[in-house]
Order: sequence, then C-alpha cells, then structure tokens
Amino acid sequence: MPSKIKSSRDLEKLQQALSKKPDTGKPRISVCNGTACRPYGSNPVVDAFKLEIEKRALDNQLEFKVTGCHGFCERGPIAIIEPGNIFYQKIKVEDVAEIIEKTLKKETIGRLLYKDPGTNLETVKQDDLPFYRNQKRIILGNNTRIDPTSIEDYIAIGGYSALAKALSTMQPEQIIDVVKQSGLRGRGGGGFLTGSKWETCRNAHGDVKYVIVNADEGDPGAYANEGLLTGNPHSVLEGLIIGAFAIGSHQGYIYVRNEYPLALKNVTTAMQQAEKLGLLGKNILGSGFDFSVRVNRGGGAFVCGESTALMASLEGKTGEPRAKYVHTVEKGLWDSPSDLNNVETWANIPQIINNGAAWFSSIGTKGNTGTKIFSLTGKVNNTGLVEIPMGIKLREIIFDIGGGIRGGKKFKAVQTGGPSGGCLPEKLIDLSVDFDELTKAGAMMGSGGMIVMDEDNCMVDVARYFLTFLEEESCGKCVPCREGIKRMRQILNDITEGKGREGDLDLLKELSSHLKDSSLCALGGSAPNPVLTTIKYFSEEYEAHIKQKKCPAGVCKMLIQFSIIDEKCPGCGMCVKVCPSNAITDMGKKKPVVLDQSKCIKCRTCYDICRMGAVKIE
Amino acid sequence: MSESVTLTINGQKYSAEKGKTVLQVAADNGIKIPTLCHHEEIEPYGACRLCIVEITRGTRNRIVTSCLYPVEEGLVVQTDSPRVVRNRKMLLDLLLARCSENKVIKGLAAEYGIEKPSFREEYREKHDCIVCGLCVRACEQVVGVSAISLVNRGIHKEPKPPYLERAKACIGCGSCFYVCPTNAIQMEDKNGIRRIDRWKVEFKLKKCSKCGIEWAPVAQLEYIRKKWDLPAGFFDICPNCK
Repeated sequence: MPSKIKSSRDLEKLQQALSKKPDTGKPRISVCNGTACRPYGSNPVVDAFKLEIEKRALDNQLEFKVTGCHGFCERGPIAIIEPGNIFYQKIKVEDVAEIIEKTLKKETIGRLLYKDPGTNLETVKQDDLPFYRNQKRIILGNNTRIDPTSIEDYIAIGGYSALAKALSTMQPEQIIDVVKQSGLRGRGGGGFLTGSKWETCRNAHGDVKYVIVNADEGDPGAYANEGLLTGNPHSVLEGLIIGAFAIGSHQGYIYVRNEYPLALKNVTTAMQQAEKLGLLGKNILGSGFDFSVRVNRGGGAFVCGESTALMASLEGKTGEPRAKYVHTVEKGLWDSPSDLNNVETWANIPQIINNGAAWFSSIGTKGNTGTKIFSLTGKVNNTGLVEIPMGIKLREIIFDIGGGIRGGKKFKAVQTGGPSGGCLPEKLIDLSVDFDELTKAGAMMGSGGMIVMDEDNCMVDVARYFLTFLEEESCGKCVPCREGIKRMRQILNDITEGKGREGDLDLLKELSSHLKDSSLCALGGSAPNPVLTTIKYFSEEYEAHIKQKKCPAGVCKMLIQFSIIDEKCPGCGMCVKVCPSNAITDMGKKKPVVLDQSKCIKCRTCYDICRMGAVKIE
Repeated sequence: MSESVTLTINGQKYSAEKGKTVLQVAADNGIKIPTLCHHEEIEPYGACRLCIVEITRGTRNRIVTSCLYPVEEGLVVQTDSPRVVRNRKMLLDLLLARCSENKVIKGLAAEYGIEKPSFREEYREKHDCIVCGLCVRACEQVVGVSAISLVNRGIHKEPKPPYLERAKACIGCGSCFYVCPTNAIQMEDKNGIRRIDRWKVEFKLKKCSKCGIEWAPVAQLEYIRKKWDLPAGFFDICPNCK
C-alpha cells in the first residue's frame, strides 16, 4: 500500500508510477468473480488459476486479476485475456491449465469462445460480441480492468483524478454547474436533475449537511447497483466525495442492502483504503476539505430504497416513508439538509468532472443524457448487466444486445422499472428508452430492471405477481397503499382463478387512480403501474380470464388442463419419469402415455420436457 | 410577531401564521376536514389520509394531506372538491372493507353515502384497528414510555407490545385507549384491577384514602410521582377529595 497522498501532484505521480508497473506488457487474465458468476462456479476457477500460477511459478510471466461483474452473466464464469481482448466463457476448473498454457503461447482456445446461437460463428474479442458491441460502457467498462479490492488498480486507470481536479481547481459552485450542464438525472428512477438537487442542498439552511449513497436496490431481478458497487466501489466513493465537497457536507452514508454481502465487503475495504491514502478523512489531498463516510446495512425492507424511509432507517427508526412536502434536500437526515443519490448517479460524477459536461451530454438524447445500466433478465438469450446510451430503442436492447427470445419463442412484453414499473407490449418495441418516454408509456425507468417475457407468460398473472410483492413490501403506514394493494391483489387473484367478475376492471382502475392520488409515497403511487399497463396493453387477456374463464398463455392453474395428443406421443416415457405426482402412466413402447387428470398438479414439467409437442394445454 | 401568509380555502381568503398546517388553519377558521389518525397534541403522521385536500400551485393540482402540508403564500386549497370526495370515499370504502363491523368507520362511511363496501363479501374483515398508530405515538410522545410499537410491515403491520409479550414499560395510564379513534383498544377497571388485554397488562388501582374510589393505576401514579419528584403519599387522596 502506498503512503498517504498529500496533494493532487502526489496523486498524479502515484498514478504514473502505478500505470507503468512492470506488470504492464505481461499477458493478463481477468476472471469475473462477481455475484452472478459465483453460482456458476467462478470461485473454484479463481482458486485453480491461483494454484496453477503458484505451482508453475508464473508470477513473472503473467498477470492474474480477479474482478467484479463483466456483465455477460448468462455466459459465466468469464475471463478476458489481454492483449487481444479474448473472451472466454463458461470456464471450468479443468480449463484453467490450458488457458494459462495457451495465453503464454499467445494462442486461443476455440471451444471456450462465444458462438452465435444462430450461425454458430465464433467471436474472439469481447468488443466484437453482439452483447458488448451495442453497449456504451462508460461506467461498467472499468469493471473488467480492475480488482475491486485494490485501490492501486483504480488509481492506475486514472481513479481519483476527478477528485483531485475538483478539489484543486474547481469551486463547489463550478462543480454544481458542470453537473447541471451535463444534464445528469437521478439514476434511482426519479430522474430529477442531479445538479439542481445538489444546488438546492448546498443553498439550504443548516451547518450540518449529509450526502447519502442509496444502495438499497430491492427490485426483483435488478442487480445493476450491486454489480457496480461490488465491481468498482471506488468510482462510487469518488463521486460521493466530489458531491460532498460541492454541497458542503462533511459526513456521508452508504446505505447498502443487507442481502449484498459482497458489495458491503468491497465498499468497506474501499473506504478503509481511501482513508489510509488520505482520500477520505481530514484535509483530503491537502485541500483543507474534511469528509468521512459510514456504511449502514439495510434491514431487508424494499421500501427503504425510498429516500425518506432510508433516512428514517439510518436514524435507527422504522423504515417508513414520510411526506415530502418539505424536501429532504432542505430537511432530511436528522432534519438536516441531505442529498441522496443512487449508486449509479454517484459513479457518473468522476466521469463528468474528468471529461466535461459537453462530453457527457453528447451521449444519449437531449433531456436524457449519458448512459443507463439495466439488469436484462427473463426470457432473453443474453441475460446480464447492460449499459446503453440513453434513448436507444427497446428493440436494440432485447434483440441486438439481448440476442432475442429464448428457444425461438415469441416476444410478448418487457417489464421495466421494477415491481411498480409497467409492462410494455410488442407494438412499443421501438420505444426510446429514456425517463420521459417510459413514463409516458405507463412504465418507468426505476433503478433499471428489465424483465423480458414471451408467449408463455400470462400478463394477468404477472400483474398479480408484482402486486403480491408490493403487498408484502408496502410499509403499511398509509391506508391507500396497505389496504388498496391488498384489494387489488385479491381481485387479480380471483381473476386468475376464474372468479373474475364484470366490473372488476373498472374497480381495479378506480383503485389505481386512488392509489396514485392519495398514497403517502411513491411505492403506493406507482404500485398500480403493472395493473394499469397490463389492462391497457393486454386487455384481451383479462377479458379471456373474466368472460371465457380461460388463460390464453396456459399459466393460471385453475383455468387450464393438460392432456396428451395421442397421435403425437411416441410413448418415450420422458414425461412419465419427470412427473412429480405420478399422474402419467407408461402404456408400453410406441403406445401413447395416459394422463390421470385427478392426479395432475399442472406443474408443466411434462409440457416442457416433451420434444414431440404431444402435451397440450387448454 | 411571526410571519403570516395569505391562502385561499374553498374560495375564501384567510391569513395564517407561517409554519401552521392547512388542517390547523382550516380548524382555526371553522372549516371541517375529517380525520382519524390526527390529534392536536401529537405530531401529524399522515397515515389515514382522510384529511386529504386538493391544492393548486400554478397550473398543477394535486392531492395532499392537510395535517402535514404547511401553509404557504398564495396557496389555493379545496377541502371538498370532486377529486377529494372521490378519494375520500375510496378511503372509507377500503376502511369499511377492513373494519366491516366497526361503528365509527360505519358511521363515517355512511356520512359519505357508503352503506357497504364495493368489494366482494368474502374480502371483508372484522378488524377494529386501522393501524393509524395514534396509540403508539401517544405512548411515545405524550406519555413518554414507548411501551408499544408498530410491528411488521405491509398488511401485517399492527400495534403490539415488545416481543408480543406483556408490555413491561406500560404504566396503565390508558392514553392509548382514550386516543384510539375507532375504539379498537379495550380497557376495563374491575375489582381494583385495570386490564388492557391488547398489551397483555394488568394494574392494581389506587384507592383514595378519603372517598375510597379506585382512581388510577398505582404504576402510573408512581411514574408521575418519580418524574416530578413528588413526596411519598402525594397520591393517597384522589383529585376530587383534594
């Protein structure tokens, strides 16, 4: 660990020294050990690399780096070999020795390369993969270049230079101006102009001010903040220190979801390192500016991602939102002016300070500048974290980056913005992905969840699912949210069970408008979105459930029946083996199997395993 | 002299002290806004939402809770606009579905023309508590003992004693009982004992040494005596006999 850095000049010298380390020039293997790669087995792969390198004493010939999330989670564990930008996927422990061998010989291993599922063509370079080629990774890109637990790595690629620039050459007001001019909007979902928020907080009355990182990412399926905080914690920290200086705050908080142990660990390590180097604490870089940070763990409540609930939780109170008639930038944490921004918003700040407002606003569209990270999940071929310039089409994300729908199925809908976002249909596939267009369509940006659905998803069931989540996660304080969501979920439940009635849709709409008008916070206010968008774009599916008592997608158990198409069934017995309730009987070779309706639990396993299409859902 | 602002409520101009809420100013001027979770001695909370009003600022109209919204210069407020009434009716509809046999809720709903909830019969529940938190807030802010709290979240939220066991910090003062807007808390003084079953507590009542009536829980009187450093025997006689 280098010694304390006392000035911007010292930092510059250290950066030059680190970037010219003797390591440079050696081949480098970077293995992703992010949260999504771990269940795929990246931990043993990393251990195998370390062991092999030690065993063969290759330390001088090879640089090995364990990094955070690379984004292409679908293909994990992943490694990048430099020079050459070679992308290896689905690495196993058995591949490790060969990777080292071939890397030293400057050769590639064909079987570990990405092959296009359609054409079967191999792609060598990461940058050439359709998944990466169509992205703009200004925030996530560095994840592949650094070990998140090493501050030297971050400094070597220019880290903390924005902080040095801000502290030594800019006035707080100037920093705020640059952030305002960049057009950066809050990445947590609200989309409020970050610079203006900072300005209000700076001008608010009060000697003590707080800056807060909201890392309480609770949307099901969303993990963009996790990927960033785990993979590049210093970028968030650097943004926070710059923001604190601009606002005039000397105390920051990082509120991390308790379910993110790795993010918690890495950000805590990052803080300790920054403090040791004099980038946090008293007299940062000799500028006279003092700033310290504390990390707080969330308690498992989704609603604590809401700014006032988060602040209540930080104060040690129950995580309940309060009315924001007086904004938190005026009266927030402990009644002091407080600026809260999302992880991704903070990570944008060093980029903006280093590259300028004009550079930032040249990315994206007018009014929606910069990039946005999405957690692309669901029925899409390439799941993972994607960073796109704001304003590209949904189609580009789902089909170009995401590689289209799994198993050749038909695209049906995409759900953006987390549980209280909205479901958008195929006819809106060319919608521009930005704060305003998504909101206009009834969905929202949220914190960047994007769940792709195909023809096998029932939209009534999807709405019911999200409302069930929100019913449990509402804080329960105000009547519209607590009682309203419950009733909406009950009605949706009834519809999926064939007990839907005439007038249900009107009642759902009425409740929706009531929740939007009268709820205390945005959780209740946006909870109707999944219901309203599915009614708006998939009304025929609701009608089928209510009037014909049918589920067209074949999902709602009470409304469907499984049967065997005798002509198509070769009697292979696959379904017999997998049926968990022994409802299918093998009648001998080449004779169709027999399904006992009274035993069938409608789990769909037989349907999914049958290659002959002999299982029918009605 | 504190700063004052001028605002319009239901078409009429009023002058009000800055820092007051719309609900306070309305009450000061005899304009009735219904409330359930509000009490003037307790910090406003905004849970029942019944006190919603419609405000206009510039070209934007929105619904806010008057118990929390601070008055401001030029604010235009409507306490019974069609949008307010529509939302208030839905609130009562939702509350009636939750508390389908509670007299207070039934009475309020009837005032707004709701005889039975819009929801299916099988959804109806028979709670008395609307989770407004007044009992918890009174216990914390007025009494200062915080013997009970709101536990769980979402549909499972409810006021409970710690660990769902006997509320050990409770002094039996009954503030929760008096402040509850829907009579969801039962309190009974019988045979020299006060019982509040919801908090699993029982208290011995103090007998007035003069008239002999049992007038307050011993624990409460001890709490007050210690807090104000009163002499022993101070509460031997009830207020009526003093």
